[in-house]
Amino acid sequence: MDNLKPHFKPGGKLAKLESVYDGMESFLFTPNATSASGVHIHDGNDLKRTMITVIVALLPCLLFGMYNIGLQHFLAIGQPDAGVVSMFIFGLLALLPVIVVSYGVGLGIEFISAQIHHKEIQEGFLVTGLLIPLIVPINTPLWMTAVATAFAVIFAKEVFGGTGMNIFNVALITRAVLFFSYPSKMSGDAAFVKTDSAFGFGGGQMIDAYTGATPLGQVATNVGDTLTMTGVDGSQLSLCDAFWGTIAGSPGETSVACILIGAIILLVTGVASWRVMLSVFAGGLAMGALAHALPSATYPASMLDPLAHLCYGGFAFAAVFMATDPVTGARTHTGQFIYGFLIGVIAVLIRVYNSGYPEGAMLAILLMNAFAPLIDHCVVSFNIKRRLNRAKAK
Amino acid sequence: MISKKNKLALFNPLSQENPVLVQILGICSTLAVTASLEPAVVMGLSVIVVLALSNVIISLMRNTIPSTIRIIVQLVVVAALVIIVQQFLVAFSYDVSKKLSVFIGLIITNCILMGRLEAFALNNRPWPAFLDGIGNGLGYTIILVIVAFFRELLGSGTLFGFQVIPQWCYDHGYENNGLMILPPMALITCACIIWVHRARNPQLQEK
Repeated sequence: MDNLKPHFKPGGKLAKLESVYDGMESFLFTPNATSASGVHIHDGNDLKRTMITVIVALLPCLLFGMYNIGLQHFLAIGQPDAGVVSMFIFGLLALLPVIVVSYGVGLGIEFISAQIHHKEIQEGFLVTGLLIPLIVPINTPLWMTAVATAFAVIFAKEVFGGTGMNIFNVALITRAVLFFSYPSKMSGDAAFVKTDSAFGFGGGQMIDAYTGATPLGQVATNVGDTLTMTGVDGSQLSLCDAFWGTIAGSPGETSVACILIGAIILLVTGVASWRVMLSVFAGGLAMGALAHALPSATYPASMLDPLAHLCYGGFAFAAVFMATDPVTGARTHTGQFIYGFLIGVIAVLIRVYNSGYPEGAMLAILLMNAFAPLIDHCVVSFNIKRRLNRAKAK
Repeated sequence: MISKKNKLALFNPLSQENPVLVQILGICSTLAVTASLEPAVVMGLSVIVVLALSNVIISLMRNTIPSTIRIIVQLVVVAALVIIVQQFLVAFSYDVSKKLSVFIGLIITNCILMGRLEAFALNNRPWPAFLDGIGNGLGYTIILVIVAFFRELLGSGTLFGFQVIPQWCYDHGYENNGLMILPPMALITCACIIWVHRARNPQLQEK
């Protein structure tokens, strides 16, 4: 690698690709560039390590997501005893193209942008690129994912100045763009369970009792005083299924158990803020309890009990991996509590009282992203005022 | 008739002093009527007519208007012209006038009109004022048509209501982008045009 270096320095024949070389070098090796003056504390905890920690925390969700894609598929074609290995392989084959598209498009744009501005390539897209396949329904056509990823990376990230400067969570913008651009492909029966074969693997006939809607989708269209949620094969679902994750949904968001493993990794390493995570769950519970105290058949989701709100849909995934994004969230400690709590409240509020959107976590976080700087500003100026008063009192 | 100054009054608003791209005026109607091309073109024509005529009328009266009540006089003139245009549309092109609904009426509050009347018509003779009105109206219309072109093409797959994207594409999985029909995309399309425009005219870039 070092032998190649002279080619990329100014004057070399590949000087135009310097930022690509630089990106590869710092991604694969630890760069040996050190600061030349002054006193510095050296710590290996750079952006690369932070990002890789998040990737590791996402791995349980990713692996289980693959298995679950296969499980839902084989349930839908009436072969529930297809075996764990073939389920996993089916999911792998189904999810891999999405991952490739997400990374290919996103990193491509990042590389080009870095070249144009002669900047270093940042590792910021590593996590976004993995989050996108996990929150986009598995049946979304690949070109739609590519269009939405490109739009999100350009308009939500690069125009604001790249990694660390974005106002909104890029992965969520991708999903929001998909959701508003192609609503018919992003919700309802057809989106969340892959029913056709993946690369010729696992084909079969659909069973008669098939329903492809997610539990929350079924809740939103529920009629009557009691809630019934069924799996893809028509069997009854319980909260336990939702906790372990054997339900229909976007690949990464179904299993609360795997999300909790990820959360523990993020909290132990100190990458994510426990204040945000805790307060999102608290907000969701509070709003869920309030809605549950006033159940009505007009708003079927108000009949879900508060704990179920946390287990179904993307709430837990959003709370652990999306709300805790340090770039787009609030930074002051008090601000983080307010920010997280409001995300939880708004997410459940949208779920229960807006029948157009069965899931509210995405919109809640994007909305609070916009308010995070305001929250921080209020917290800081309140602090200043309080201290000034204290100084005057003396 | 066509002196150098008059030429500037006519052609400068098309690009260098474009009311939408450079002065960022008239944004609300740019967002509201650009979901498809037909209402965008009609809206653009209406603004050209109202702007040119009101510029001429105000310019003719410029020496007799007391400056304390000039805004009221301008509003009366514009409002009268707008109502004429509106009635004309209702009479001859009812469907489009229904699509444009309140936005023809809201030409009265279009910032471009008040801006041109205040900045140009009050200080210039009728002929240059007429050219200035045509130029600014055209500059506004061009942007409207560009935004509407992209929004209608990508959002509905049509242009002026005719199917442009072939059925073959839909059969192979292409879908119209529903987001393009929603107002936010008008802002983003407009921003992209401004981006390209500033990139080509570095002297317009703010420091």
